[in-house]
Amino acid sequence: MHRREALRNVAFLSPWLIGVSVFFLYPLISTVYFSFMKYDGFTAPTWTGLKNWSYVFTDYPFFWPALRNTLWLVIVMVSLRVLFGLGIGMLITKVKTGAGFFRTAFYLPYLAPPVAATMAFAFLLNPGTGPVNNILGAIGLPQPGWFNDPTWSKPALTLLALWGIGDLMVIFMASLLDVPQEQYEAASLDGAGAWQRFWFVTLPNISPIVLFAVVTGVIQTMQYYTQPLVAGKVASGVIGGSGQQFEPGYPEKSTLTLPQLVYNLGFQRFDTGGASVVALVLFALAMVFTAILMRRRSGFLSD
Amino acid sequence: MTSTTLTSPVAISAANREARRTRFLHWVAVHSLAIAAALFFVLPFVFVALTALMSDQQALTRDLWPDSWHWENLKTVWNTPGFLTWWKNTLLYAVLGTTLTLVSSIPVAYALARFKFRGRNFALMLVIATMMLPPQVVIVPMYLFWAKELHLSGTLWPLIIPMAFTDAFSIFLLRQFLLTIPKDYVDAAKVDGCGEFKALIRIVLPMARPAIAAVALFQFFYCWNDYFGPQIYASENPAAWTLSYGLESFKGAHHTNWNLTMAATLLVMAPVIILFFFAQKAFIEGVTLTGVKG
Repeated sequence: MHRREALRNVAFLSPWLIGVSVFFLYPLISTVYFSFMKYDGFTAPTWTGLKNWSYVFTDYPFFWPALRNTLWLVIVMVSLRVLFGLGIGMLITKVKTGAGFFRTAFYLPYLAPPVAATMAFAFLLNPGTGPVNNILGAIGLPQPGWFNDPTWSKPALTLLALWGIGDLMVIFMASLLDVPQEQYEAASLDGAGAWQRFWFVTLPNISPIVLFAVVTGVIQTMQYYTQPLVAGKVASGVIGGSGQQFEPGYPEKSTLTLPQLVYNLGFQRFDTGGASVVALVLFALAMVFTAILMRRRSGFLSD
Repeated sequence: MTSTTLTSPVAISAANREARRTRFLHWVAVHSLAIAAALFFVLPFVFVALTALMSDQQALTRDLWPDSWHWENLKTVWNTPGFLTWWKNTLLYAVLGTTLTLVSSIPVAYALARFKFRGRNFALMLVIATMMLPPQVVIVPMYLFWAKELHLSGTLWPLIIPMAFTDAFSIFLLRQFLLTIPKDYVDAAKVDGCGEFKALIRIVLPMARPAIAAVALFQFFYCWNDYFGPQIYASENPAAWTLSYGLESFKGAHHTNWNLTMAATLLVMAPVIILFFFAQKAFIEGVTLTGVKG
């Protein structure tokens, strides 16, 4: 009987057991191995000790800029996305007329494929003829260089990320509708104004979801790849078919992120060892924030 | 004094009017904000569409509105060599990938939700860890595996085959939903002589339809939108490119023609948006499901 149950468990779990071994555990161990090896993908790998590690941390010119960019994105992009998502979520719960239309309109950009959305923004924000600068100029505001200017490229990416706020809007909307109505009524009876109701009723009720949004936002930032890469390539005008010959991070390394370094080292410079080091740094960061997400009771692991 | 003012009909209607006025002003404020926000979300689509329909010359100017409408731009893009191939590849990747993910992930999610066994929590933690993992972390050995061992680079198979061995996010989402199905249903079926697998197929799956629909949609969108995967495995062979990957090279080939580039962008966005209108409910339910239940 016991054996049968064990057999049944293995049968049900087998696709995952194979998948997690072949596509996660094996390559992870292999990545650790390659981080100590010199390997260009053609000649046999040779042991180099910590050389790859010291190269990435001291001599590789992209590592620290990419880490700084990631920090910027975590501080600015993630917090703006959470605030904006909460704001839009609150707005949509208050809209009485045309709620269906507004909900769809707010949600739709989230679905735009990242490459297409980035191309669209590269066009909208293009400094020469783009509609945004066109309109800014017409009302007498300064016209930034957006994706072509190192100080404006990350704000431009942030704008693109705010446009695709649909996921957070839906999550916040659902949690706002779950706040018990009696608590608002009780607060009103006690003479609480709108701001106090938000601060003492809404916020405590939705704080687990705010935390969830922040932590998943940080994890998404660790994975941030397609948008900065495509924006940089389109803005620099260097786009080849197979795209091997571009300098990532245009303009002036301002759009570099860690995942791009794995591509740059592993697939453009054929430095398997260096790419493995960056991959492991990325792994460590992702796991730290995943642990935070799982530790706090954010309802993430309801049992 | 106060009691008389309160009961006086004139005062009541004045208070009423005051309340109505406040409510009306509130309505105006909320809806003006909503319209402003809607402009922010919708105008990018509008400008992209307007530019997509401009003539080549006009697309180089700062004009916002087309002088003449060039619907043939969409046809030009559609007939660009390769575009139809990218379309077919993307569809193949998305349909096969979604089907394989569902078939492989449902039993695993069921086992993690229902069976008690040693190491279950560890397995669950591993699922979540892999779900949060950036794909770049394991890409170097994975590429060597597919390209050097199996000689499958230049195709989309390195992206499709792993989905026959489950997808972490799908397992997680399905499990969260399966937990909400009462155990009694399955037990009743087993009393009637159903095996565990039969009970899953006959009883649990029909009840889990919303979650399955949501997972299918997410996975379909994931494949449709994937850029990194095709960039790694398919870039060397244009016959294996997907829309997301090909779109970028389209910009390269037509770098001065914003109108054609935007027409191509629209054609890549269109299917997911149309799909959304057909499956709006399943989708929104799915997003809520991922995000926790407080």
